Amino acid sequence: MSSKPAPQAAVIKMYAARKEIYPREVKGFYANLRWACVWITQLVFYGLPWLSWNDRQAVLFDLGARKFHIFGLTLWPQDFIYLAALLIIAAFALFLLTAIAGRIWCGYACPQTVYTEIFMWIERRFEGNRSARMRLDRQPWSLSKLFRKSGKHLAWTGVALWTGLTFVGYFTPMRELLREAAAFTLGPWEMFWILFYGLATYGNAGWLREQVCKYMCPYARFQSAMFDKDTLIITYDGERGEPRGARAKQGAKQQANEGRGLGDCIDCTMCVQVCPVDIDIRNGLQYECIGCAACIDACNSVMDKVGSPRGLIRYATENATKLHLSPREMRTRMLRPRVLIYTAIFSAAVLAVGASLALRVPLKFDVIRDRGALAREVEEGAIENVYRLQIMNTDEAAHRYRLTVTGIDSIALATSDEIELEAASSRAVPVRVRVGQGKGVPGSNAIRFELQALDAPNVHAVEKAVFYVPKH
Amino acid sequence: MADFTNDFWGAYIALLTLLGIAGCAVLLWAQSKCKVVPGGKETTGHTWDEGLTELNNPMPRWWMWLFYLTIVFSIGYLVLYPGLGIYAGKLGWESAGEYKQELKQAQADYAPLFEKYLSQEIPAVAADPRAHAIGERLFLTYCAQCHGSDARGSKGFPDLTDRDWLYGGTPDAIKQTIMEGRHGQMPPMAQALGSDVDVERVAHYVLSLSDSTHDPIKAVFGKQKYAACMACHGADGRGNQALGAPNLADKVWLHGGGIESVMATIRKGRDNAMPPFKDFLGEAKVHVLAAYVWGQSNATTLAQKQ
Repeated sequence: MSSKPAPQAAVIKMYAARKEIYPREVKGFYANLRWACVWITQLVFYGLPWLSWNDRQAVLFDLGARKFHIFGLTLWPQDFIYLAALLIIAAFALFLLTAIAGRIWCGYACPQTVYTEIFMWIERRFEGNRSARMRLDRQPWSLSKLFRKSGKHLAWTGVALWTGLTFVGYFTPMRELLREAAAFTLGPWEMFWILFYGLATYGNAGWLREQVCKYMCPYARFQSAMFDKDTLIITYDGERGEPRGARAKQGAKQQANEGRGLGDCIDCTMCVQVCPVDIDIRNGLQYECIGCAACIDACNSVMDKVGSPRGLIRYATENATKLHLSPREMRTRMLRPRVLIYTAIFSAAVLAVGASLALRVPLKFDVIRDRGALAREVEEGAIENVYRLQIMNTDEAAHRYRLTVTGIDSIALATSDEIELEAASSRAVPVRVRVGQGKGVPGSNAIRFELQALDAPNVHAVEKAVFYVPKH
Repeated sequence: MADFTNDFWGAYIALLTLLGIAGCAVLLWAQSKCKVVPGGKETTGHTWDEGLTELNNPMPRWWMWLFYLTIVFSIGYLVLYPGLGIYAGKLGWESAGEYKQELKQAQADYAPLFEKYLSQEIPAVAADPRAHAIGERLFLTYCAQCHGSDARGSKGFPDLTDRDWLYGGTPDAIKQTIMEGRHGQMPPMAQALGSDVDVERVAHYVLSLSDSTHDPIKAVFGKQKYAACMACHGADGRGNQALGAPNLADKVWLHGGGIESVMATIRKGRDNAMPPFKDFLGEAKVHVLAAYVWGQSNATTLAQKQ
């Protein structure tokens, strides 16, 4: 912001450059929790494409063959409904967790936070701690600065490219992808996506960091709609901490209670220095706060040093702070209708999906009646209808099936009753069904087709169909 | 091929588009500076509800640069691709062109498979289980609408599973039928035979040829008039495959074998056409199809799968 010292009006630029933030290093309980999340999420992300199952990659989203493999489960395009269910589950998990503990997704598990943490760790290896980094940026360019900066960017690029490769490795088998990359024979689309995803990782985690959270992500903006007065938020206990003030180190607690009348906050500004989004939590909850709890760790370590109790900044609900609730009372209030309802819907959705997947049968079956000829009269006055059976064997093994048809007295198949399908394939099988003369009612008759796998008793499907007897 | 009846509309849309893009750039630039009274609050000046105001903080500069980048991109895009009225774009891209490209690629991908079958005799192709599966899928897609999913046809559409062929049942004849199509025409014979009574008599004679239920007396009279039919259907009524004239001495009736149907056939004639598939499918696919159809009426044991 550049303002001229004119008394009337100043002209300010409405597009401001990003102010570089140098978060101070922090150690503590919540920092450990955060790093645990980094390890868990990244072990899963980087590790899954390397697992095998049934001679193929265990987790593979094969777009070309239109099959998504997740270990033993193979999802076909007809299973798209599970995506809707997954999104519903994800949404309610989000609502539930946010209603209980605020932006813990942001602070602990969001890829933006996770990758920023990783990239900042790399930055600290090359450029040092907070003051060292600030000094380096102020220095003029020198050979040592060049080495540090370019080393950091090279390391960032390496991690970003590996991330890009891993991402594409979920769609093209990872080992094959690496072979092609090493031989420079990558296909154009694979190349594009590796570079695109790599660039996004490098740009978002290396350069943009909190700008994504502040300006791009909608979560910050609607957090005020998802929180209520019983949501755990990162709270600065103003009653305890104010009036803040620096004081001599010895006997700090006594001084707080006598004479100077100071609160527990010694105005060390550690909470501001460790904050990755550069806010002062003592001003209250702000939309920029990603709930990483670095300020809690920082303040607790300072409180330990000055001999004051921990928790000057802590996870607390608005009601707990205002009404001075005990921790137990606060926790009881948290189990409010909103939380219970979210839990119920979430559990119901998870159970429904789980049950559906457990009871899945790897056979899909549709009956299409030939319409060109409604019915045919054949020998002995029997009536014949022709059907086309669309059969999909979604199992990864070939099967033989027995077909039976029921619903009218004397109904029988006039074609072979054994059908064979290869693994993971579909077939349209023409089938003729006959009904004896005089049987069935003129017009439509409801019948049923049943397919039973000969080698797997639980693989079984039934479809309704219509048999037409000509009206005379 | 314009979408509108008048070129004006294309120009109108192009103008609006360009104005919009320019407008975005102007907006960005116009909002880049703001006069602020020092000491005053930096709000936008609006107040909602009971005292809600909005701060007027600066936007991130990277955001502004990205916006300008999208403007540049959009101009580049509209130069290269069709987006402004009827301008076709420097790259000449068309969705129809994309389709043609995909088709060419598919044909190149599948050609070796079909060429392999094309070089084999039809009975050999019929015994190949993979060719059988391909033929089944081709049949269900292209032939089943008329001939039925089970190839047994219906009234007016021949049964391909019996041994009764209008134009010949050899592999080559079947292939030719599919390639070139067929057009069976029987002229109305009412006038040539005389009166309606004559038509009925000839119908009974025709039924007698296949030992179907008929009136023997009328058949005798009908035989006398039958000479008019011999040219196509032969002296013995066994038909002529060169002409597509059906065999009247068997029990297969394409247009119905009751007395009324036969009389209608004689009286009004028949006109039955099958479309050609030569240009639509190409010889290679027709070859596989012909093998499948031939296999419907000739018992073939499929070779063991590998």
